[in-house]
Amino acid sequence: MNPGIDVSQIQRFGALYIAAARLKAMSKFKTIIAAVDIGNPLFYLIAVGIGIGVLVEKGSGTSGTNGIKYIAFIAPALLANSAIAAVMDECVFPTIEGFKWRKLFFAQNATPITGSQIALGVYLSALCRAIFSVSVYYTLLIAFDVVNFGQSILLIPVAVLGGGAFGAIILFAAAKIEKDDQFFSILGRLVIMPMFLFSGTFFPLSSMPIFLQPIGWVSPLWHATELGRESAFDYGLSNLMIVVHLIFLISLVVVGLVLSTRQFDKRLAK
Amino acid sequence: MSKPLISVRGLTKKFGDFTAVDGIDFDVAKGESFGLLGPNGAGKSTTMRILAATSTRTSGTVEILDKDPEKFGPLVRAHLGVVPQQDNLDNELTVTENLYIYGRYFGLSKKYIKGKIEELLEFAQLEEKRDIKVEALSGGMKRRLTIARGLVSEPDILLLDEPTTGLDPQARHILWDRLFRLKEQGVTLVLTTHFMDEAEQLCDRLVVMDKGAIMAEGSPASLIKDYSSKEVLEVRFGSDRNKEVAPQLSQMCERMETLPDRVLMYTEDGEALLEQIMVAKLHPTTSLVRRSSLEDVFLRLTGRTLIE
Repeated sequence: MNPGIDVSQIQRFGALYIAAARLKAMSKFKTIIAAVDIGNPLFYLIAVGIGIGVLVEKGSGTSGTNGIKYIAFIAPALLANSAIAAVMDECVFPTIEGFKWRKLFFAQNATPITGSQIALGVYLSALCRAIFSVSVYYTLLIAFDVVNFGQSILLIPVAVLGGGAFGAIILFAAAKIEKDDQFFSILGRLVIMPMFLFSGTFFPLSSMPIFLQPIGWVSPLWHATELGRESAFDYGLSNLMIVVHLIFLISLVVVGLVLSTRQFDKRLAK
Repeated sequence: MSKPLISVRGLTKKFGDFTAVDGIDFDVAKGESFGLLGPNGAGKSTTMRILAATSTRTSGTVEILDKDPEKFGPLVRAHLGVVPQQDNLDNELTVTENLYIYGRYFGLSKKYIKGKIEELLEFAQLEEKRDIKVEALSGGMKRRLTIARGLVSEPDILLLDEPTTGLDPQARHILWDRLFRLKEQGVTLVLTTHFMDEAEQLCDRLVVMDKGAIMAEGSPASLIKDYSSKEVLEVRFGSDRNKEVAPQLSQMCERMETLPDRVLMYTEDGEALLEQIMVAKLHPTTSLVRRSSLEDVFLRLTGRTLIE
C-alpha cells in the first residue's frame, strides 16, 4: 500500500468523496439542469401570476389566502416543490443506476467506502442540487416582485428542508426497489401529483373536506409550505405549529437516512 | 514459507436454500497468480465478492492480510484492486475523470493521483483516449480502463472476475499481455475464468470449481498430468455414427469421452492411436491430435464441458 491510504480519513470523509463525484456527474448536465431550474419557475410564475392569480383575486380578492396575493400565497409551495423535484431527480435515478443499471455503487463499495457513505453522499449531492434549484427560483420570485428580499430568504432553507425530508424517504424507496419497471410512473402519478395538489399548495388545507386533509398532514410539502409562508409573510402560524412542522420534517430526514443507510449496506453486501 | 495473503477455510455461502459456495479451502501466497476455473454458476463470482470484502459469508473463515474481511471491510478493501465481471465505470465521465474519482475514494491526494493517471493511461494503452467519455470506448478499452482503475491505489492483491469474457480474440490477447506484465511486477492476482486457455496462460496455480465445490487444485501442468493423458485424439464420425463406433473405440485407449459432436480419446501417443483407427477401417470424417488441456481435466472431473 505505497501511496499512503489513510482509512480513518476515508471513514470520516467518504460521504463527501461520493458527493463530490455525484456533483461532477451532475455538472455534465449543467445546461439541462439550468434550463429546467429556470424554465420551470418561469412557466409557473407566468401562468399563475398572470392567469390563475388574476382570476382568483377577481373572484374573492385575497380573503381566502390570509390577505396575501395569490401568486405570493402559492410561491412557498412552488419553492418547496422545486426542492422536492430536484431531490427526487438526484436520489432516484442515481440510486437505481448505482444498484442496477450501471452498478456504480458496487465499484464505489469495492474501495474503503461503505454503503452508508454512498447513501449519504448521494443524499448530500441531492441537497446541493436542491439548494441550487431553490436559489434560482427564489431569485426569480424577487425579480417578479412576488416576495420582498429580506426575511423571506428563510424560504430557501425551509424549502430545502422540505425537499430533504421527502428525499430521505425516497432514497430508501429507490434503494429498496429491485424491479424498477413501474416505479417511476407510480411514484409520479400516485404520490407526487396528489401530494402537489392536496398539500395546501393552491388553497389552504383547511378549505378541503376533513377526510382529505390527512394527505397534507403526512406530506412534507404541506409542512414546508406552511413554514415557508410563515417565514415570508405575516401568516399567523402559532409557535406550536412551527415546532410541529419542524419536528415532522426533521424526523423524516432522520428516519429516512437511518433506513437508507441500512438498506444501502444490506443490498451491497448481498 | 511466509504466511499466505489470502487464507480460506470451509467457506460457505447460501442464498436461501441454494448453496452457492460449499465449504471450500485455499490459500494464495504473495506474488502468486491464482485462478478459480469453472463453468458459469460454479460459485466463482460469489467467492470473489467475499474475497473483495463486500459480501458476507454463511460460514467458514476468511483471512485477507491477516484480517477478517467481514469485520474489517474498509481496512481490507484499502489493499485490494477489484475488477468486476461487468464494467461498472461512470459512462458520463471521461477516462481520466474515472481514474481520478476512483483514486479519491481511496482518499489519495490529488497530486498523487494526477501522477498515477499518466502511468495507468500508458499501462492501459489509453493515452489518446484520455479525454474521451467512457461511453465511446470499445469493450476491450473499457476492460483495460476498469483494470487500470483497480490499480490506482497500488493494491497488494488484484481480484479479476472473468477478465476477458465478452471480448474478441485480439482484445483478449492485449489484455493477457497487460495482466502478464502485472504478474511479472509481482502483483498478486486472483482471477476467475471459464476459459481454460486463460487459466493456462495466467495462473501459476488454480482450483477447479463446480457446483460450489473445489474438484481439484494445482498448477495447470500438474492438473493436466494428474487428471488427463499427454495427448488427446479428437475424432468425428458424424452425429449418428459417434455413438455407434464408441464401443469399438473404447477398446483402443485408456479413457474416452463421447460428446454430442465428437469423441475424445485420451492417449500418450495420438498419432499412433489414429493409425490404429485407420487400420480398423473406422474412417472418421475429421481427426485432430492435440495436447491435453484444462478443458479435459474439467471434463474428467465433472463429466461436463466448461462452456455449455
